Amino acid sequence: MELTLWTYEGPPHVGAMRIATSIEGVHYVLHAPQGDTYADLLFTMIERRDRRPPVTYTTFQARDLGGDTAEMVKTSVRDAYDRFQPQVMLVGESCTAELIQDQPGSLAKGMNLPIPIVSLELPAYSKKENWGASETLYHLVRTLLLPAVSQVPLPRRDRPGRPQANIIGPTALGFRCRDDIQEVKKLLAAIGVDVNVIAPMGATVADILRIPEADFNICLYPEIALTTCNWLQRNLGQPIVKTVPIGVGATRDFIAEIGTLTGIDVSEVLTRSQSDTLGNWDARRLTTAADATTSRLPWYSRSVDSTYLTGKRVFIFGDATHAIAAARIATEELGFTLVGIGTYSREFAKEVRAIAKQHDLEAVISDDYLAVEAAVAEAAPELVLGTQMERHIAKRLGIPCAVISAPIHVQDVPARYSPQMGWEGANVIFDSWVHPLMMGLEEHLIGMFKEDFEFAEGHRSHLHQVLAPEPASAVVPQRTSPPWSADGEAELKKIPFFVRGKVKRNTEKFATDRGISLITAETLYEAKAQIGR
Amino acid sequence: MVGSRTCAHLIQSAAGVMIFAEPRFGTAILGERDLAGLADANEELDRVVAQLLSRRPDISTLFLVGSCPSEVIKLDLAKAAERLNQRFFPKVRILNYSGSGIETTFTQGEDACLEAMVPVLPQSGDDSPSLMVVGTLADGVEDQFHRLFDQLGISPVYFFPPRRAANLPSIGKGTKLLVAQPFLSNTVRSLAARGATLLPSIYPLGIAGTTAWLRTAADAWGIDSGVFAQTIAPAVKRAEIALDRYRSVLKGRKVFLFPDSQLEIPLSRFLAQECGMELAEVGTPYIDRLLLEPEIALLPAGTLLSEGQDVERQLDRCRQAQPDITICGLGLANPLEAEGMTTKWSIELVFSPIQGYDQAADLAELFARPLERRRRLKI
Repeated sequence: MELTLWTYEGPPHVGAMRIATSIEGVHYVLHAPQGDTYADLLFTMIERRDRRPPVTYTTFQARDLGGDTAEMVKTSVRDAYDRFQPQVMLVGESCTAELIQDQPGSLAKGMNLPIPIVSLELPAYSKKENWGASETLYHLVRTLLLPAVSQVPLPRRDRPGRPQANIIGPTALGFRCRDDIQEVKKLLAAIGVDVNVIAPMGATVADILRIPEADFNICLYPEIALTTCNWLQRNLGQPIVKTVPIGVGATRDFIAEIGTLTGIDVSEVLTRSQSDTLGNWDARRLTTAADATTSRLPWYSRSVDSTYLTGKRVFIFGDATHAIAAARIATEELGFTLVGIGTYSREFAKEVRAIAKQHDLEAVISDDYLAVEAAVAEAAPELVLGTQMERHIAKRLGIPCAVISAPIHVQDVPARYSPQMGWEGANVIFDSWVHPLMMGLEEHLIGMFKEDFEFAEGHRSHLHQVLAPEPASAVVPQRTSPPWSADGEAELKKIPFFVRGKVKRNTEKFATDRGISLITAETLYEAKAQIGR
Repeated sequence: MVGSRTCAHLIQSAAGVMIFAEPRFGTAILGERDLAGLADANEELDRVVAQLLSRRPDISTLFLVGSCPSEVIKLDLAKAAERLNQRFFPKVRILNYSGSGIETTFTQGEDACLEAMVPVLPQSGDDSPSLMVVGTLADGVEDQFHRLFDQLGISPVYFFPPRRAANLPSIGKGTKLLVAQPFLSNTVRSLAARGATLLPSIYPLGIAGTTAWLRTAADAWGIDSGVFAQTIAPAVKRAEIALDRYRSVLKGRKVFLFPDSQLEIPLSRFLAQECGMELAEVGTPYIDRLLLEPEIALLPAGTLLSEGQDVERQLDRCRQAQPDITICGLGLANPLEAEGMTTKWSIELVFSPIQGYDQAADLAELFARPLERRRRLKI
């Protein structure tokens, strides 16, 4: 038993729903009580979908438990088949039905419906949402493609023309998947690769059957797609592109990886992507309708006003894909200092630990948000990049935050085009990570004019509303530190308030470490010299 | 909540957005070890409760809420509560009820929660009459009712649940129950078992509903009808003026109600009787005749009442009926809007102050707003 006040992932059957909702022609019969039907609104409210997810719940009740719940499964399967006429049916169970062991998948298979039935066994008490989505996609693809795999010879791709790729991984309720797909399509077009199938999001059952026709697979979100891509590689010989194109550097690597794989010369695309200032304000650029072939991020980041970003302490937490990408962007493309990184995707703990190690950090591999909160408080970052949970943690601690990863919230499905991947994704990331921070000049001006009434103590950027910390933050570790002398305190007060907290913490740690019993002004400058900014 | 990851996910997703649930809710998630019997579920629960209480020393009442899986594996939360009380009472009182989705809709969970508090209500010292208003009400609504009861000369008046867990009302043979929410079947029966008397009434939704509800109490206290009429007159007059604004919008419009909140029957009575709406179908999860008979009697003759849930067939009937407005849960609202129907999501009715005279127009406005929105939007 585990105390949870908030969860990063839902149960595995919600992952299965994300796959079912993503593909047209699929229906999911879920052996579950009425209470589990809440999951519909994740799709109809968070993503504002105009259709209910293609899910039929058996809605058994307590009084049915002694009786024939198995018969309810069969009735639901038959009714769902008659009403929705799906081309494939997923059949599975939620946590409660798992306990009564009706084996709905086998029951449905025994009904001899004229469509493929995919039986899903997703252990609800040990596994979670992303695993459920990954397994569902794998079993669905495998069921549909097994006939093609046994075909001898394999459906070959020796057609003339440009190479073709499948984009595997975007799903319903995935973070910015809708817009990432468009960016990846643009990148492929620039390289000279055609898209064969995008799955699961926006695919039909017929599309899934066409997956073997592509030359390779792009594993866009490994949490969802890696198991399926590995199976396709083993059985259909399709190589996998594993670079996730989030950030300028990763996007360049992505292009280079595809170049190597397909034998296409991508040097021109890569060179174009280095055209620094983009001629942003040139008449030629302004009057063309064509998309920019590179990101503004490199130039914006080098532009002098961004100097203040240097060494900003950043804490990153999210799914593995986005956390790993964020670490690279933060350190290599914005010049931040990584002071903490973690993920709730245990399946990819190794990769995240490796990144942490590069920065002399211990990765937080946890789905306990209380542990994450404690880690954030301990790291004392100036910016948190996380999920909606970290947004709340940051709000409580008075730290700016940007959301970089699922679980998604209605605000993570914006009306505007807002990808994370490709060139435009890097632009979006620059804006959404930098805007919550107070600008460098703004910091100085507020420091200079802090006596004026409109710059009352505690004034922060208008973009960043600070709430009073809630009293319940019992998790912040309490350190006992030596007291401050009067002159030490007076000196501390002269330091601009927005860095005062950090200076105070650093000085106290310095004093504690050296066994200093009273912190004077001297101690403060001593610590400043030793620790630096 | 003692349950699965699904329970935790439900709590955090309940309103369609992620809510920061920590201040009030936590989930003890059952794992494989608990199910396989490798871990003693009771010991585990004690450990989790101790962990939660040490994190949140401000908690004075803790409900252990049963879920679908905890019921299926027959985890005895009543016994657990008893055991934990021996350890934590009186600093923390531990109660239990079932919120299982194999039994109940969410408002039945509210009933079960209140029922769990009935055994710990103090016994009143004598049998002198007192009024107990049963059911959660917004603070403002409670204050309005308090003032009206005062003016009528009805006292003492207690509200159950009270605003603070420490102020539990006492109960005895003189306690008369005036029920404010139509879904409190078990709570009312348990209160009656402790000697209280039910004052059967319709519910304080709309002007007529509020008047009938207050009159039920006034009659039990033998208040003169002239005094009653005089006392409520200013509030009624004000409410009529406010409600008129929306009557013209709602009059003659056809409404279809999907089963969700268990407020459907009194709402329909208000919409038909006071707003002049036409009822295409009134779906409700469950009908308790003890609490709803007086309401059902006031529905227009021939109203189609449906009990329980078969969502696909209800959707078919809804499309057939072509209502002007459909009241439904959040899972259905956007898909129906996309089909061109106007919807009102029912959970808002549970969260909003809608009872009493001064809220009658607010209640009507909740239904007028989606229609008004349609009228305004030119896109």
